[in-house]
Amino acid sequence: MKKSNDKIQLVRQSNGIGKYVLIGLVLSWFVVLTMLPVLGIIRETFKSGWQIFVSSLSDSASRHAFMLTFWITLGTIIVNTIFGIVLAVVLVKDHFRGKLLFEGLVDLPFAVSPVVAGFMFIILFGPNGWIGNWFEARQLKIVYAFPGMLVATLFVTLPFVAREVIPVLKEFGLHQEEAAYILGASKWQTFWKVTMPSIKWGLAYGVTLTIARSIGEFGAVLVVSGSIINKTQTATLHIHQEFTDFNYAGAFSAAVVLALISFIILTTMQCVYRRKEVG
Amino acid sequence: MGIIIKNICKRFGDFIAVDNVSFEVKEGELVALLGPSGCGKSTILRIIAGLETPDSGEIFLTGKNVTTLAPQKRKLGFVFQHYALFKHMNVEKNIAFGIEIQKKSKAEIKSKVEKLINLVKLQGYERHYPDQLSGGQRQRVALARALATETKVLLLDEPFGALDAKVRENLSQWLREFHQKLNITSIFVTHDQNEAIEISDKIVVISKGRVAQIGNAKQVYEHPNSKFVASFIGQVNVVDAVVKNGQIFVKGANLELKLPAKKELKNGDIVLLVRPEDVIIKKKGDNTRDLLAIIKRIHYRGNHYEIDCLVNGMELKLIEYKRNVFQDNWKENQKIFLNFRTFRTFQAEEGHQHLHRKLKETGYIE
Amino acid sequence: MNNLGKYLAVKKEKLILRSLTFFYIGILIIFPIIALIFEAFQGGVHSLWQNIFSPQALYALRLTFFTALIMVVINVISGTATAWVMVRYNFPLKNIINSLIDLPFAIPTVVTGIMLVSLYGPNSVVGAFLGKRGIEIMFAKPGIILAILYVTFPFVVRTVQPVLMEMDPDMEEAAKTLGASSPMTFLRVTVPTLLPAILTGAALSFSRAMGEFGSIAIVAGNIPFKTQVASVYIYGELESYNQQGALGLSVVLLFCSFFVLVFLNLLQIWSRRHEKKQ
Repeated sequence: MKKSNDKIQLVRQSNGIGKYVLIGLVLSWFVVLTMLPVLGIIRETFKSGWQIFVSSLSDSASRHAFMLTFWITLGTIIVNTIFGIVLAVVLVKDHFRGKLLFEGLVDLPFAVSPVVAGFMFIILFGPNGWIGNWFEARQLKIVYAFPGMLVATLFVTLPFVAREVIPVLKEFGLHQEEAAYILGASKWQTFWKVTMPSIKWGLAYGVTLTIARSIGEFGAVLVVSGSIINKTQTATLHIHQEFTDFNYAGAFSAAVVLALISFIILTTMQCVYRRKEVG
Repeated sequence: MGIIIKNICKRFGDFIAVDNVSFEVKEGELVALLGPSGCGKSTILRIIAGLETPDSGEIFLTGKNVTTLAPQKRKLGFVFQHYALFKHMNVEKNIAFGIEIQKKSKAEIKSKVEKLINLVKLQGYERHYPDQLSGGQRQRVALARALATETKVLLLDEPFGALDAKVRENLSQWLREFHQKLNITSIFVTHDQNEAIEISDKIVVISKGRVAQIGNAKQVYEHPNSKFVASFIGQVNVVDAVVKNGQIFVKGANLELKLPAKKELKNGDIVLLVRPEDVIIKKKGDNTRDLLAIIKRIHYRGNHYEIDCLVNGMELKLIEYKRNVFQDNWKENQKIFLNFRTFRTFQAEEGHQHLHRKLKETGYIE
Repeated sequence: MNNLGKYLAVKKEKLILRSLTFFYIGILIIFPIIALIFEAFQGGVHSLWQNIFSPQALYALRLTFFTALIMVVINVISGTATAWVMVRYNFPLKNIINSLIDLPFAIPTVVTGIMLVSLYGPNSVVGAFLGKRGIEIMFAKPGIILAILYVTFPFVVRTVQPVLMEMDPDMEEAAKTLGASSPMTFLRVTVPTLLPAILTGAALSFSRAMGEFGSIAIVAGNIPFKTQVASVYIYGELESYNQQGALGLSVVLLFCSFFVLVFLNLLQIWSRRHEKKQ
């Protein structure tokens, strides 16, 4: 069906000169806006050779920053995958008053400025904050430490898993699960053997989006972390620090590495997306 | 407003969709373009409308060559297969679209739309949107929209293809009526032989991008000029035979039966095409003139019975209209004699089994 | 008795799931928002008002708003055109380019900023060339627009593309057979069909641009009354331990996000207005 549609579309496409002008305009805009900067950074980074690139990446602050990004991303994946699935299940299957509003709230992290998000957590978890007070009294640091940065990243990536799993779960319906119950499977067995396999590609896509965003998050993490070198500095914060210190070589090198990682994630994302569309 | 289609060719890449097609539609005629799916009939219609440009050939509307004219300027009405109604406009706006383009006054648009809504019997649905209508109602909106520009030529692409059998029957009769009432020239594309036979003045049978036969329903059904036409329009039995000295002998029967000779038959293999209703079934017969057969199954079809029978392994389909005596007469596994009242003969370039299989594959016969 | 036990078990499970969700959304979304709004209005509406309408904050807000507006206009045109070309035409490398459209979503915003500096900064090839001719891009307003154009590029494309793909080309042909010229067909048939998707993409990119921080922080130079946008202003206030000053614009940006979400939901209802009611 899809194939024959493609054929019709191809057959019906106009052959006027306008077509080529439009393709030309769109492609040049795309290349100038999004591709040229990629070439720009590669040129600037490697114009004085590999040595600076390697040395600026191997200094301890830089290594620590990338490791911290890794741990935050890992924590985010674990927490948000579990809660994302729970959230999707509740939003699809449960009914309660105010559910629509609740659903709207789930999208909020997409719309809120990361700086404002970080600020909200400072008000809440800061040393003098509403909840932070309580933790402070028990010698537990949240803001300007790992937990706060994790919470900020959890916030900005919260909707991804749920938003991808909800439609799949809706389409999946109740019948297969009911069939499993009738065949004697327990709720837990049904979840692992029937529900999970059918949502796995939607879930995988949501998780890839979560990874991409956690690695790239800057504003929220900057505000809650204080960006302390070798302590609370993630890769993106490190790039920012190097840039504001006019250490361009260091900023460019780290940026190239992050860009490369994002490119790999993008490719994975596209593959997962294709699988999601197929199965 | 006659239409002349002259030597039209169109290919898409390697695929030849339309191969040197010519035919003529006289003013006031309702013509069916009939053929299996993928035979190029829709492409021909789209070429007439100007939605496709032919690689070669010409189109004349009322004597004027319009081959290179843009669709906007041909002033034709076109009803799309899936109606192509504007989803963001209600019934009224959909119908008014073509008139608004002509920059007519508001009062004129209003009165015209009102008339058309009455014509297609959609009073009370003026403010409904396409998604809120049934299939038949959408079809009627599409017709009204095509007629709104006061076109004298109406082109319809599988107009009833997406409708239920009952709605389809009503609408096709109704199309026939208002075609006459409005005095327009219409061409419609269909793959449904019954539809074509029921409502058209003339049928153009298309096969693999070529015109196979042109004629009215009776001519095409009773005097098909090819095996393809015979088997595509109506049911047909394919019987292998051989000609010797002007006599036809049916192959595969327990003894070779003589059938009345037809003029100018050369010696050699031929096929006979026999319509099910042209076979007379008898209890007793003459071994030299009638075919011995065994009834395999009897299907009840409401106003008639369909009988499958075997002639030495070869399957034939027969039709017997209900008569009071029928029930007593025939039973499964009964021996009967068949007599071909009338049949058509064709050269057997392809063996019967081969042809039979091919017809089955393409869905011309069951 | 047995039935009651079962009923309670189902209830219990449902209750656990529900409370988990409420806890999660509560601690991460609802509670922080309440805290921010409460803090903002604690000192009275008057002081909040003064906060927002301080010249520097107001300038930052206006700069954010107008750069976002310019971006939206450009994005609507370029995004619709890109979606159109991707759906309707065939050309070499189309699949690769189609995949690369998502690149701005995948690249961290700070990296985007760095990339733009590496290309348009005063020390780079293009930047130096333009600088000699008196055109400043980095550390100036055009840089801000360029940065938000980059990070929002996929929004309009990705919302319009599926609608365009599903759109029946018959509809446009029908308009042609009814005598409508190509521009007329585009305006009266194509655009109305795409409009909800275009507006959705526009709202998403507008919202993103209003809150954008990372790329602008690198690219803009952040000079008050010249290139300081709202999010950077908030960050600046927080840096100088002036939470009070940061509250005003934070509340404004937060409400702006609310409005966009409401607008998107209304848009969805509106685009389904002609559908049969179930």
